[in-house]
Amino acid sequence: MTPLLQVENLSKQFRGLRAVSNVSFTVPEGDIIALIGPNGAGKTTMFNLIAGVIRPDEGEVRLSGRRLTGLRPDQVCAAGVGRTFQLVKPFGDLSVEDNILVGALHRRPRIADARQHAVQILDLLELGPKRYQIARSLTLPERKRLEVARALATEPRILLLDEVMAGLRPTETDRLVELLRDLNQRTNMTILLIEHVMRAVMALSDRVIVLDYGIRISEGTPREVVNDPRVIEVYLGSVEGSTAP
Amino acid sequence: MFDQLTARGCAAFGMLLLILLALPMFADSYLVSVVTLVLWFAYVGQAWNVMMGFAGQLSLGHSLYVGLGAYASAALFVHFGIGPWAGLWLGMLLATLAGAVIGVLGFRFAIRGVHFALLTIAFAEFTRIAFDHIGWLGGSGGFFLPVGDAAGSSPFDLRGSPALFYYVILALTLGALVLCRRLLHSRIGYFWLAIREDQEAAQAVGIDVFRAKLAAVLISAAMTSLGGVFYAFFYNNLFPEQIFSVSRSIELILAPVIGGIGTLFGPIFGAFILTPLAELVTWAIESAGLNMPGIKQIFYGLALVLIVVYRPDGVWPWVARYLKLVRQSGDRP
Repeated sequence: MTPLLQVENLSKQFRGLRAVSNVSFTVPEGDIIALIGPNGAGKTTMFNLIAGVIRPDEGEVRLSGRRLTGLRPDQVCAAGVGRTFQLVKPFGDLSVEDNILVGALHRRPRIADARQHAVQILDLLELGPKRYQIARSLTLPERKRLEVARALATEPRILLLDEVMAGLRPTETDRLVELLRDLNQRTNMTILLIEHVMRAVMALSDRVIVLDYGIRISEGTPREVVNDPRVIEVYLGSVEGSTAP
Repeated sequence: MFDQLTARGCAAFGMLLLILLALPMFADSYLVSVVTLVLWFAYVGQAWNVMMGFAGQLSLGHSLYVGLGAYASAALFVHFGIGPWAGLWLGMLLATLAGAVIGVLGFRFAIRGVHFALLTIAFAEFTRIAFDHIGWLGGSGGFFLPVGDAAGSSPFDLRGSPALFYYVILALTLGALVLCRRLLHSRIGYFWLAIREDQEAAQAVGIDVFRAKLAAVLISAAMTSLGGVFYAFFYNNLFPEQIFSVSRSIELILAPVIGGIGTLFGPIFGAFILTPLAELVTWAIESAGLNMPGIKQIFYGLALVLIVVYRPDGVWPWVARYLKLVRQSGDRP
């Protein structure tokens, strides 16, 4: 069986800086995979390559065997990839419900139909009480959840989450972890996440891929990865205790 | 149908509508012509608002579409005797084509914000210069429609009393309001708002931003050109220097800017504030015996500065909130 997402020999250079260097990995359907690594390791570049925001110099990305490389971001979304942004991008002047509605309209052209779907997702991400507020007035944790809700509303086959736990308190992190795991288990939603918060990585992911300077240096179960000497050296060894498990 | 309005807002709107409908029965022709002008700016402002207020694409060259609508319908009338109700289709077609060229150029090459606005100015400007040299349309000397008894007074040729023009522009303004309301609550309307708020995020949720933005330009251009058709038959004279000028483009956007960009009632509200005040200023200066050409422009500039500093969201959202004419954000619709 072909894996849902295949990344093959992907490379991208920015003016001599090799942001991503010959990286390959696969994401099997229904799995939760975490992409970790120090700042500047190329994680967000990897997301932008998958989502069609930037084009790779070499290599390609496939979803269920279908080539995504060369498609525009909206076409990648249509193919079944939902994504969030590290720096959240809510539609600030729209209500929380309308933010999610815009996502839902992608596969449900009728407004009433899309709104009904949006309301379900609103409740799923526990944004119900904020339904009619304008998105600009939300707190950061709420904005992070809105980001996930909007991506989810496009009914993706795989969800790319870029640091959705950053800036959350531990209790909020645990709640979101629970939510995502629940989503994964109930709907078999495949998730690829970039995360610095090891607490979330350890609790959520089936496998972890470690990037450093654009190179994949390790891959395995969360436990294997945190015990890998290469990872400890380049990542955990060089970072403060807060990100340690 | 105006689900944002409260009961009080609906009542106020209904009152205004009744007054406007009955106006020519009790007002003198001067007042009727002033309100005609108000409604014209409200209509064209509403049309511009589709591009800027909904889709977030700044056009500072909307005089282009006014001019094309005006010249196309006037030329058909003068040279071929084809009335404006038929001629407006040519005007709309030409304006949409011009909009398509600007939109495709701008959006295909990812020209955004100020640079896109400059592109729209450039198109209006070189069209102005081109029309200066089209002898068939009078060139820079102006193009004139027949007036007086010779022209007859057939509503089918849009020749008639001030009241006729008044009702035509009132119908256009109301039509534009209804159309914009429907657009705003349609799929494309939500796509526009998303693009306006954050283009990258809009693309990430599957919106083809090129197509959506182009649709906004085409609809806005077509609507604006109808304003041009009206202009031609109302004033009966067209000069490229006036109709295509940048200052005309600026004048067109003042009503929505002052009333509230992106709101449905902003352009109408803004026009009702601005045009009568400008008339009043001109009248006051004249009756004081002073000769100050350009006083209207100075007044517009001043009004704009005050708005930008004190009410950047426009006057309408503020007034509507204060008088409880619309529901507040956070309330259940």
